[in-house]
Amino acid sequence: MKNFKLYIPVAVFAVLAVFMWQGLFLDTRTLPSVLIDRPLPEFELRSLEMGDRLLTTADLPDEPFILNIWGSYCLPCLQENPIFMSAKERGIIPIIGLNYKDRDDAARNWLDINGNPFDLNIIDDNGRYGIDLGVYGAPETFLVDANGVIRFKHIGVINYRIWEDEIMPAIAAIRAGGNS
Amino acid sequence: MIRRPQTLLLSLLLMTGLLFLVSPVQAQVDVYEFETTAQEQRFRQLSNEFRCPMCQNANLTSSPGGVAADLRREIYRMILEGQTDAEIEQFMLSRYGDFVLYRPRLTLQTVLLWFGPLLFLLLGAWVAWNIIRRSAENPASASGISASDTEDENNSGKDHAPAVVISSEERERLNRLLSDMPSAPTSDNTGR
Repeated sequence: MKNFKLYIPVAVFAVLAVFMWQGLFLDTRTLPSVLIDRPLPEFELRSLEMGDRLLTTADLPDEPFILNIWGSYCLPCLQENPIFMSAKERGIIPIIGLNYKDRDDAARNWLDINGNPFDLNIIDDNGRYGIDLGVYGAPETFLVDANGVIRFKHIGVINYRIWEDEIMPAIAAIRAGGNS
Repeated sequence: MIRRPQTLLLSLLLMTGLLFLVSPVQAQVDVYEFETTAQEQRFRQLSNEFRCPMCQNANLTSSPGGVAADLRREIYRMILEGQTDAEIEQFMLSRYGDFVLYRPRLTLQTVLLWFGPLLFLLLGAWVAWNIIRRSAENPASASGISASDTEDENNSGKDHAPAVVISSEERERLNRLLSDMPSAPTSDNTGR
């Protein structure tokens, strides 16, 4: 009590140290998405597969699906492609591609060479739909539930650890939520 | 001895010059046609105010990122469509969140951010006021505290003033202060 003032600097230091220690591990590169729990924005866009017919949200699966933002120029997309290929082979979940700011021929070529894990590819060549999704660079991956509501977002490359630890549990949570 | 301040001054000047040399702001050049100069000014102002989601510490004007160019294009489109600044800000917020604002909105989460500095200023003022008030109310105690330090100035001052008249209230305070200190120089105390 009588010398409590001596401990004020120590207390101030402790508080500052806690905050700054936390600051060391803050991830400032990935933005939290404001679109979580909001419906997938409407669109009317061409697809890589269906010629001139314009796709809308009505063309998307009626079950939970992955929406992957990718481009042939995007190296991390190449890295995560085998994970999506294996998910497609095992029939885990439909995967929709959003070909973001790419050229159609380059995108088709990329899929021919590296394998096509996508059930459908929406073309967003000028990045306008990407803005509606809050996308700021491929790759980004959304999980959309059966009602067309965005439930999860991962920014950056998906590796096996992220697939097992984050994506699969999120898919399971969405399926569990959809059934109840 | 004479050269040292000059070297210091020179190096300071050079360092200040470097600050201007490495100015990182470099506007990206878009070719947009505006109907009025007011529109163009709004475009520049808005592009300066929003933060590029990809490049993190650049605004839309200075960011070379692809998404920054797309967002500038959207701002241009919305200005030509006659949308207000508030509508454009809402457009950005509903897609990229508070992150894009360099001037964060005043919400429950940002109250501390906005008024934290004021809080610390008031805290500092309160501490300073307490110190000033104490030394003004009680000048003897202020000199008493510094006399217990071993600074030359105070020791010499003490030599010139052998008889210090202090009130009983002050003596009580002095005793309290000295008894609070575990290793206080007690020789001074007994001498009085």
